[in-house]
Amino acid sequence: MSFWRFLQLNWSELLSLVQQHVVLVFIAILIAVVIGVPTGVLLTRYRSLRGPVLGIANVMQTIPSLALFGFLIPLPFIGGIGTRTALVALVLYSLLPIIRNTVTGILGVDPNVREAAVAMGMTSSQVLRQVELPLAMGVIVTGIRVATVIAVGVTTIAAAVGAGGLGVYIFRGLRQYDNNLLLAGALSAALLALAADFFLGLLQLQFSFEAKRSVARSATRKLVLAVGVLILVIGGFALWRGGASKTGGEAHVSVGSKDFTESALLAEIVAQMLEARGVSVERRFELGGNLPHEAMVAGTLDLYPEYTGTCYTAILHHTPISDSRAVYEQVKQEYAAKFNVAVSQPLGFENTFAMLVRGDDARRLSLKTISDAASQAPRWRAGFGQDFMSRADGYPGFSKAYGLKFAEVREMDLSLTYIALSSKQVDLVAGNSTEGRIATLDLFQLADDRHYFPPYEAVYLVRQDSLTRVPALQEVLAKLANGISTDEMRRLNYEIDGNKRDPKEVVKEWIAKRGL
Amino acid sequence: MSDVALVEFDNVSFSLSGTNIITELNLIVERAETLVLLGESGCGKTTTLKLVNRLFEPSAGEVRVEGKTTTDWDPIALRRRIGYVIQEGGLFPHFSIARNVGLVPALAGWEQQRIDERVRELLSLVGLDPDRFAERYPRELSGGQRQRVGVARALAADPPLLLLDEPFGALDPLTRASLQREFADLTTRLGKTAILVTHDVREALILARRIGLMHKGRLLLLETPEQFLASDHPQVRAYLETLELKGGDQ
Repeated sequence: MSFWRFLQLNWSELLSLVQQHVVLVFIAILIAVVIGVPTGVLLTRYRSLRGPVLGIANVMQTIPSLALFGFLIPLPFIGGIGTRTALVALVLYSLLPIIRNTVTGILGVDPNVREAAVAMGMTSSQVLRQVELPLAMGVIVTGIRVATVIAVGVTTIAAAVGAGGLGVYIFRGLRQYDNNLLLAGALSAALLALAADFFLGLLQLQFSFEAKRSVARSATRKLVLAVGVLILVIGGFALWRGGASKTGGEAHVSVGSKDFTESALLAEIVAQMLEARGVSVERRFELGGNLPHEAMVAGTLDLYPEYTGTCYTAILHHTPISDSRAVYEQVKQEYAAKFNVAVSQPLGFENTFAMLVRGDDARRLSLKTISDAASQAPRWRAGFGQDFMSRADGYPGFSKAYGLKFAEVREMDLSLTYIALSSKQVDLVAGNSTEGRIATLDLFQLADDRHYFPPYEAVYLVRQDSLTRVPALQEVLAKLANGISTDEMRRLNYEIDGNKRDPKEVVKEWIAKRGL
Repeated sequence: MSDVALVEFDNVSFSLSGTNIITELNLIVERAETLVLLGESGCGKTTTLKLVNRLFEPSAGEVRVEGKTTTDWDPIALRRRIGYVIQEGGLFPHFSIARNVGLVPALAGWEQQRIDERVRELLSLVGLDPDRFAERYPRELSGGQRQRVGVARALAADPPLLLLDEPFGALDPLTRASLQREFADLTTRLGKTAILVTHDVREALILARRIGLMHKGRLLLLETPEQFLASDHPQVRAYLETLELKGGDQ
């Protein structure tokens, strides 16, 4: 699909992402200005505070954005997932340039001018408002300009905590190896940053009192004012719309998903089935790591798709076992007791870790099982996703169980491992067994002959209180029990990852075909 | 306290972080006189001005304005009764000329119409056409024009006292000479009391009714220009020699 075709098909979604992005940046900068400028003023009055406060703001900015989001998630009031967390992080990032430039701007005011103001009989607040702030405004606006450009960039990471914005396209593009998505997300973000930089640059010019004024300048001044007012109005409108769309609808369910295609797809299935039954659904898709779990325990998420093996090992910290029935029962019992969360009937397929090699390697070396591959390992490079590298049932236990020693182990993005394998960058990867590209890229799944991996049956996790609150949930989950086979899941995944189709349409077709 | 004294320095000393800047200064400024404080840089003449409008407070002794110690004055009220002119005018670069001149009346809460009238009156008084200059900004004016605006601003609320810190120092000699003459006329006409600080003995001789010569924080002598010219004080002679040198050049 060409990029233009992609834009034609997706422009409305792209626009809504741009809108989310702009609103996030806009509110964050607004809050940062409201906090940062008075703080900066205070620092010019109390010299001893300057070092510590600027130091803290400095440290804030050096924290990598993803780490900052991760740090904020478990915090009460300001943390969690969604817009609020993103805003807190964005504000923290934006504070330093704004505070620093306020201090620099005010201290940079000509001491003769300040003294004249005092000697004219201005009170100290008149000196601040009529002389120091207006004269420092050029420098302060520069700070706001820097903060805004940074915020446009950082907001792309906000998609990882479910706050939306253009990062949704970027993350999805990375995952699906889709350049159109990547380009649409990254290009729009870059254009936003440039536009913000340009208009704030014009605004900044208005506060440079060194240059001589001319008629042309006052004309640009009017233009900048008009654009500024327009941005404020659009921002306000978008805010109002955003606020309005959240209200309404009595039965309301917040559906989440993890940050890979299959999870989003399973979540979309429930979302559409609920909507067909008159329930309003808030989609909190593509949440990274253990975010969905934490959000559900915290009560901000009602439901998300999960795999029993992940619950068993990553959440409940049990040693992996291979009996799928036992795992399911144990998870069900412990989730009810510990988290007040119900586990649905299995959906009918497993998505376990699939040890994949190239099809021609498998045929040439007649490899069938992971044990067969052990002798090849010292000559092989392996590529594993971050998740696999870090989890209890992942690489450390796996390599020990099979006695594997690779020539090299590369940690990389999971969605890129398939391409890396087929293009011979690596020789073995740990993929997902329901990955659509296993067939299309001619990859071969080695059998887990020692039954190392626990069963990963797909289920929905749902809060008990949501089940009682929204009866439609029970009906939907009952209909989906044993409703999806492994082949069917692979095909659905491929529709999205391989054929680049819109998940919503794929799900809509599937629901219609199955009469759900 | 005498009836004529507008400003009195009563045994005033001032030190800043351990350094004596003013030592035991006694000085009475009478109403409607222009008193020039003459001295080289660092002699404490500017500090003396700032003690009057309470930008500084004395470390010892007291400064009285209209019979009241500066530390008893509300500083804001005190400063609004004193016009202040500094080198280059100290104009606010982000204010139009009209707004600069009308600043103190605006702070005092005058009605806008009255402020506008006053601004036009003052600009005319200092020789600037209000129609041409009112809406301009300081950057668009020459140094001499800015200095005129600075004087107009100081006069805006009709204060009884003017403080001027090297007001004509940054101007070219011709502009300086004409501004000095105009200023002398103006203060005489308006009956203003002025304390002016300069390092230029020629300026002191033109403008002053009395000249106070300062050196290292002390007032060496306080005399009329005629007495000053006749004095055989070595410091005075040194100043007058520079004058003769200049005269010889011409």
